[in-house]
Amino acid sequence: MLNRRTLLAASAAVLSAPRVACAQPATPGVTATEIKIGGIMPYSGPASAYGVIGRLEQVYFRVLNEAGGIAGRKINFISLDDGYSPPKTVEQARRLIEQERVAFLFNTLGTPTNSAIVRYVNQRKVPHLFLSTGADKWGNPQENPWTIGWQPSYRTEAQIYAKHLLAQKPDARIAVLYQNDDFGKDYLAGTRDILGDRFERQVKTVSHEVTDATIDSQIVSLQSSGADAMLTATTPKFAAQTIRKMHDIGWKPPAHYLTNVSISVAAVMQPAGPEKGVGIITSGYLKDPTDSVWRDDPGMTEWRGFMQRHMPDADHTDGNYPFSYGVSKTMEHVLRQCGNDFSRENIMKQATSLQNLEIPTLLPGIRVNTSATNYHPIRQMQLQRWTGSTWERFGEVLEGARV
Amino acid sequence: MEGLPHQIVAGIATGGIYASVALALVMIYQATHHVNFAQGEMATFSTYIALTLIQAGLPYWVAFVVTVAVSFVIGVVVERVLLRPMHDAPVLAHVGIFIGLLLVISNLSGWIFDYTVKAFPTPFDTGAPMLGGLVSGHELGSTAVTLAVLTLVYLFFRHTSLGLAMRAAAYNPVSARLVGIRVGWMLALGWGLAAAIGAVAGIMVAPVVFLEPNMMLGILLYAFAGALLGGIDNPAGAVAGGFAVGIIENIGGAYLVGTELKLTLALAIIIAVLLFKPSGLFGRVVVSRV
Amino acid sequence: MAAEDAVPVEVVAAPARPDAPTDSLAWLAVPAMVLLAMAPAFLVESFRLFQLTSVVIYAVAILGLNIVTGYNGQISLGHGAFYAVGAYTTAILMASFGLPYWATLPVSAAVCGALGWGIGFPALRLGGLYLALTTFALAVAVPQVLKHDALETWTGGVQGVFIAKPDAPFGLPLSADQWMYLFTVAIAAAIFVLARNLLRSRIGRAMMAIRDQPTAAEAMGMDLAALKTRTFALSATITGVAGALSAVAVEFVSPDSFSVNLSITLFVGMIVGGVASIFGAVFGGLFVVFVPNLAEDIAGAAPGVLYGAILILFVFVLPTGFAGLLRRVAASARRTTATNDATPGR
Repeated sequence: MLNRRTLLAASAAVLSAPRVACAQPATPGVTATEIKIGGIMPYSGPASAYGVIGRLEQVYFRVLNEAGGIAGRKINFISLDDGYSPPKTVEQARRLIEQERVAFLFNTLGTPTNSAIVRYVNQRKVPHLFLSTGADKWGNPQENPWTIGWQPSYRTEAQIYAKHLLAQKPDARIAVLYQNDDFGKDYLAGTRDILGDRFERQVKTVSHEVTDATIDSQIVSLQSSGADAMLTATTPKFAAQTIRKMHDIGWKPPAHYLTNVSISVAAVMQPAGPEKGVGIITSGYLKDPTDSVWRDDPGMTEWRGFMQRHMPDADHTDGNYPFSYGVSKTMEHVLRQCGNDFSRENIMKQATSLQNLEIPTLLPGIRVNTSATNYHPIRQMQLQRWTGSTWERFGEVLEGARV
Repeated sequence: MEGLPHQIVAGIATGGIYASVALALVMIYQATHHVNFAQGEMATFSTYIALTLIQAGLPYWVAFVVTVAVSFVIGVVVERVLLRPMHDAPVLAHVGIFIGLLLVISNLSGWIFDYTVKAFPTPFDTGAPMLGGLVSGHELGSTAVTLAVLTLVYLFFRHTSLGLAMRAAAYNPVSARLVGIRVGWMLALGWGLAAAIGAVAGIMVAPVVFLEPNMMLGILLYAFAGALLGGIDNPAGAVAGGFAVGIIENIGGAYLVGTELKLTLALAIIIAVLLFKPSGLFGRVVVSRV
Repeated sequence: MAAEDAVPVEVVAAPARPDAPTDSLAWLAVPAMVLLAMAPAFLVESFRLFQLTSVVIYAVAILGLNIVTGYNGQISLGHGAFYAVGAYTTAILMASFGLPYWATLPVSAAVCGALGWGIGFPALRLGGLYLALTTFALAVAVPQVLKHDALETWTGGVQGVFIAKPDAPFGLPLSADQWMYLFTVAIAAAIFVLARNLLRSRIGRAMMAIRDQPTAAEAMGMDLAALKTRTFALSATITGVAGALSAVAVEFVSPDSFSVNLSITLFVGMIVGGVASIFGAVFGGLFVVFVPNLAEDIAGAAPGVLYGAILILFVFVLPTGFAGLLRRVAASARRTTATNDATPGR
């Protein structure tokens, strides 16, 4: 073994010397004519419904290039598939950064998948911009200065619900059903932010796993807690089950808050039975493409024009498209704001100095704001209530707590 | 503990799901001495067929019968095409085929029918839920269907010569062949029946848990625990075991180990049964032939 | 039992007659192969090196699975569980207890060995398919146990654990990726040599005897129970070490990284690489790292369909995997030469 190691050391010294000495270019992926951007999306596998987000982004950058690109440069957007599997995400991120040498990553999708690469991209100091996930941890400049989310975090959302509830009933007791993962636990954190030390006394929490067949048992446990309000923080299949079961057992707490991850009419409200969810409160930050209120809205007209011209065959009722359009628009704005300096430092600096940016697909009054200490670009949401056929917005645009 | 009776009732309702899938598992074991890992995925695929037919405008029960028939044919074809040539191959080759089938079918379901959650209709009146809403009309109806299937299976195996021949083919292929039973076709028939029962299970389960390509993954493991608990060679035992697992899961999850370890509880049941009573609570003790 | 079940292991690495000269040749071949395996560290760029590191790690994991399933006939669909436990043990020891990465490997090996023994014990009672389904359940359950609140202080719950990739020691002029690759290859080489020696020993033959003729093996005085549990433990140990190496290479562990798909991946790698073949594990590693990317390019939205179809195809057409194919090609080549040399004309 000793011989082998000596041999190894000797050969290593000889062979690796030139590679180590190799100097870094100015910014990887940026030339006089091109900016290379990497994206990772679940184009296949169980989360493949989100793949449309990546498809719109590809079209968006193509259209942008046809209109002249950014600062005389064409965008080369390389969007790879990870099938929503974290080990695969690691491989794709390294492929993009080390082999394709992209300037930065944009809108990589998923909480477990981004968790697997966040440390790596921050060590490499590669901007990791506007992630497609609402986990709160993407807004942590101290720990991950190169990673920034986009949509309101789940934690912010839970804070908004808790504030809304306590405003009506300060001593309300809350029942929380959460999926036992990063996503579900953010709702516990947000509720705890608002209730503080009253959390233990006023909140009853029950978790479920994605392998559970039903959540009947959990609902029974929560019902027996006699709570005044229910907060359902789970994915569509279990959300639909929850709405139906609560209705069936006749448990109708005065308030029922539902995560905006699970507000799809087709995948949650219709399967559950639209009449069973009347009165459920959730929150939104995007304009709903099926809502007739936006028929003459300039922002949505712009979006519809884009879809009709460039993606005529897509499902124009799918809320992922306005999302993708909004986040792409933000990205374009950041790149334009970079001027002619596309160093990674400047890209990150510009991404974190957005002021009151208006995005056509965001609800009126909601603006994108970032700073060196604020890595939560969208912090506002508006509550909406299920009427039995649609989500109806009510009240002001609300903001989460600053914690 | 105030909710204990409710937890038990809810457990029975969920147990009904496990029971119907456990029955399909036992069925294929009876007919082929195999446990098919792709059983759940095949059932899910059948359920998608049923949904497609219903959406195309077929009446529910017509779609039901057509789906069961189509699933039967799919089961027979799978056996003839994939298993038959491998009949003499080691068990490992079979497991390889099962896993391959699982990958192909579950990805195919997602690819064709996409991964969004879909509602599935029920033929049973869902107007007024019973027992404080813990049991819906559908859950009652589907339990009745499970029991009806169980009765049919029992009658078929006990009182028809075809059923007897199938049992013989699975139990002792060599002797069965000697008395003139076409063992190969009996196995194919067994696969067809198991696929048909799986389709029934899928159609009964989908209205409760909602239809998506991975609908059966978790259920299959609980159902397997139920089948083992009741005795893998005893259809009635498997149904009882399925209900028992539903109740144990709920009580354990709510009061003992917490909801995070429900699946671990099912694993513990599997291991405990295999360690202490491998034949299950109602199964026959099988002496392995050498 | 069909012919392909009883794969003669001897022909995997050495020529047909293991007499003295060929044997020493085979021993020369080992260091030569190790050198060959190390070469990429200095030839390819960091991303490819990372992929190759993954290949080696998967190869070790598949070797572990192959020992219990291929050589001993106990079918496991849950080796992802041991991989996960090995990865977590290393990550926790590094993050919470400050141990250096190399010092965690023996601990991970021991923990996984003990767990494997614990699982192998009830597994004794289980015939082929039961064991497969039970281990399958294990693979689904383990990530849920790992994120349980009771362990959260160490496992980080759903968030997982971050660790830092080690730099090259002794001031070697190597990048972290190069060092990790070389370190992985060294550990893998040691494990492969040990496994090869073990499988060719009395114990290895006993393991295969139990697989092929359990009754006869017992009649000859073999302690089936002890051998089977120990084989399971050994197998879990090896796969656990692979998991430990993966934690260091990826610098992160989380429950979502070890889904049931991992266990299926290892199983597919074993079948495709070659059941009961030591070098088949290397082909298996290559397959599971590189083929999914190809499958994506070919099958687009449904790479899983193609992946499953390939698996079925292998069971049918190449039940002995890549390793078996190479063996057959080599054997027929040898036959042709032998025929030409010995009996010119017929």
